[in-house]
Amino acid sequence: MKKDTRSLLVCQGSMCISGKSRAIQEALEKKVAGTQMDGDVEVKLIGCHGFCQQGPLVIVEPEATCYTGVTVEDVDDIVQSDLRDGQVVERLLFHDPETGSPIASYHDIPFYGAQTKLLLRHCGLINPEDIDDYLGVGGYEALGSVLERPDGREVLAELKASQLRGRGGGGFPAWRKWEACLDADGDEKFVVCNADEGDPGAFMDRSILEGDPHAVLEGMSIAGFTVGARKGYIYVRAEYPLAVERLRVAIDQARRRGYLGSDILGSGFSFDVEVFLGAGAFVCGESTALTLSIEGKRGLPKAAPRPRTTEVGLFDKPTLLNNVKTFAFVPLILAQGGEWFARIGTEGSKGTATFALSGHVVNCGLIEVPMGITLRKIIYEIGGGVPEGKAFKAVQTGGPSGGCLPESFLDTPVDYDSLLQAGSMMGSGGMVVMNEDTCMVDVARYFLQFTERESCGQCVHCRLGTKQMLTILEEITRGEGKPGDVEFLVQIGEAVNAGSLCGLGQSAANPVLTTIRYFLDEYEAHIVEGRCPARSCKALISFQILPDKCIGCMLCAKACPVDAIAGERKSVHVIDQGKCIRCGMCEEACPSRYSAVERTSGSLAEGGEEA
Amino acid sequence: MSVGQGVESAVEAGGFDEAPLRDLLETYQDQRGALIPLLQGTQAAYGYLPAEAMESIARALREPLSQVFGVATFYAQFRLVPRARNVVRVCHGTACHVSGAPLVSLEIERNLGIGDGENTEDMMFTIENVACLGACGMAPVMMINERTYGKLSPDSAVKAVKEFRAKEEAGNGSGDTSAVPEVEDADGEEA
Ligand SMILES: Cc1cc2nc3c(=O)[nH]c(=O)nc-3n(C[C@H](O)[C@H](O)[C@H](O)COP(=O)(O)O)c2cc1C
Ligand code: FES
Repeated sequence: MKKDTRSLLVCQGSMCISGKSRAIQEALEKKVAGTQMDGDVEVKLIGCHGFCQQGPLVIVEPEATCYTGVTVEDVDDIVQSDLRDGQVVERLLFHDPETGSPIASYHDIPFYGAQTKLLLRHCGLINPEDIDDYLGVGGYEALGSVLERPDGREVLAELKASQLRGRGGGGFPAWRKWEACLDADGDEKFVVCNADEGDPGAFMDRSILEGDPHAVLEGMSIAGFTVGARKGYIYVRAEYPLAVERLRVAIDQARRRGYLGSDILGSGFSFDVEVFLGAGAFVCGESTALTLSIEGKRGLPKAAPRPRTTEVGLFDKPTLLNNVKTFAFVPLILAQGGEWFARIGTEGSKGTATFALSGHVVNCGLIEVPMGITLRKIIYEIGGGVPEGKAFKAVQTGGPSGGCLPESFLDTPVDYDSLLQAGSMMGSGGMVVMNEDTCMVDVARYFLQFTERESCGQCVHCRLGTKQMLTILEEITRGEGKPGDVEFLVQIGEAVNAGSLCGLGQSAANPVLTTIRYFLDEYEAHIVEGRCPARSCKALISFQILPDKCIGCMLCAKACPVDAIAGERKSVHVIDQGKCIRCGMCEEACPSRYSAVERTSGSLAEGGEEA
Repeated sequence: MSVGQGVESAVEAGGFDEAPLRDLLETYQDQRGALIPLLQGTQAAYGYLPAEAMESIARALREPLSQVFGVATFYAQFRLVPRARNVVRVCHGTACHVSGAPLVSLEIERNLGIGDGENTEDMMFTIENVACLGACGMAPVMMINERTYGKLSPDSAVKAVKEFRAKEEAGNGSGDTSAVPEVEDADGEEA
């Protein structure tokens, strides 16, 4: 950023792009070019700024004014009123939900207030498609100074002092892996960045690749120098076309400027990076499956005991494999010092954690918080609580390997060890909030359906165990649960976790076991009483029309896909319980000022007739 | 994943144009770990993996066809049958699931008369259920080609699909040409 210029930053994270932020940027550019401000104002694209819920976002720096929900039509106002006349466009500001008053600077918005942005410090500040922007904030300086040293021992010392743990979920100390790979014998070694991010409900790695790709490349180059590798791979989900595109642009620019390729910065050290597109298999996020996948094989994790990837990895060579965030932390740690990093966070978990906060929470988005913050603070202070006045029920972290924690765990500090102890796990950073209308048996079923489908099928525990658990969970949600099902689920679940070959199976039962542990009453209501307390499982609920509220508008009757609703205009409608398939379309269609459709737990159908 | 379809089911009537594949083989043949990029390139060129292409790839890499077929069926990305002209991707990520994605899916499937991974008879739409489109804040979410639709209700989702079809049938497929994906904030308010 040049001094004295004002910048209009147009967020182009995936969510804002869905809100037409590219067209907004074009319109802003055109508008600014037509004024005399051209030259004093720069319009540039940035990666995800984080406040996805309020997007598309346009930020004015250095004032840090945050315009929310911007459309192409608002461009004139922003340029004329804010840029020319110095008048903030109030209607586009975020309004405090409690006081209703507008907040101009994003620094003052509670969503940003409780965050600590280290890893995401460049996301939403620099243009990810312009290496000069990265250089302007000190980019590649860490690499430059590392290359002046005789070897990577100092890097290792800093990493050790930082106590950085791998951000891919497991939390293995980064320096140990780096040291093991450095000490491994081999003429050829590889650095691999895991950007598979298969957890359904997570988009942190993607946002970093889209918002600050050079940080990842710099971290990988430093890793290459440290362990003695000349080639790196980034394994990215093919479903992330924008991340792939920005990475390719970044790699190309880095090569042309001499930060990648042969003889980097005249040091004699050569390192290059290749992007490898994953082909859609969750299990390939596992290290050994991932390297097999790059080799062009099926991603079948290798059974233990096996040599470590740091000794026998990609193409059977010593390989350093880390998550996107782990690599992206490295330049920062080297710039600020390992001890500085270790001062942030808790005893066992240093630094910050990034989360994709979503589900039933007012502010969905990409957040970064110091380790040790409580779940409550994340959900209520940053997330703004549960919308529509509903009650909180659970928070899910760790995706299909993690668990659902109830209200009583809201004061749990967020770090590797506390979450594990609670029965969940840190995971890679998905955090989904669930309200009272969410059925926890169904959530367990949902994750089991995912793991059952994604199981590679090599080992019996995982292949058959997930299938059997899924079958039982499906029966319970269909109202066909039997006494003893819960005990059986626990038994299978513990066996699957204990006997599976890789991390997928070893954690597959966690969503089931934690929901049983914390929400046993919901399982029992389904099995014993034939009721879904959250009124969500279709087989265990009924819809009825309240005669005193129905005004006879016919909307529900028109919406019903099976013509189960009878009634004339202006007369009370009635649902034929025998025909009703409980899809909820009538409830959806009934205007909220009448709310005449009631959802009840249990069956109203006479004789329990099924459609 | 298209497990269960034999290689034969992919055999198309009519001639097989070798040219795009030949270029790909030239680029990748001598690379380590060429198989997956080759299959990805083939699918990009042909829209799916024709049986002839997999046979040529196996020959060129000196790998058994079973290995190529094994990889092609292991990964969810690969298809052994052609896809329709437009793809409706319905998100079943966690946030979308708890916000009503199952109902949205059900209604779209009912409306189009096909299930996950299937093509409509007129080859207008393929439905694909996917995990997390990364737009969780607008859950439930679907995409028709490059365009994202958020805050869906079953009703508004079906309406969007119908509107897309109408536009497509009326003219030049305008829904698909825009490079700028846009969001249809379909709140489902009915008149
Ligand atoms: C089924 C399965 C899926 C995984 N998916 C990912 C993933 O998407 N991204 C990731 O970084 N690590 C994933 N992991 C963890 C990796 O195996 C590995 O521990 C990690 O990438 C190492 O990086 P780190 O030390 O920087 O955390 C997965 C593990 C398993 C068992
Ligand atoms: S869960 Fe649907 S977009 Fe993330």
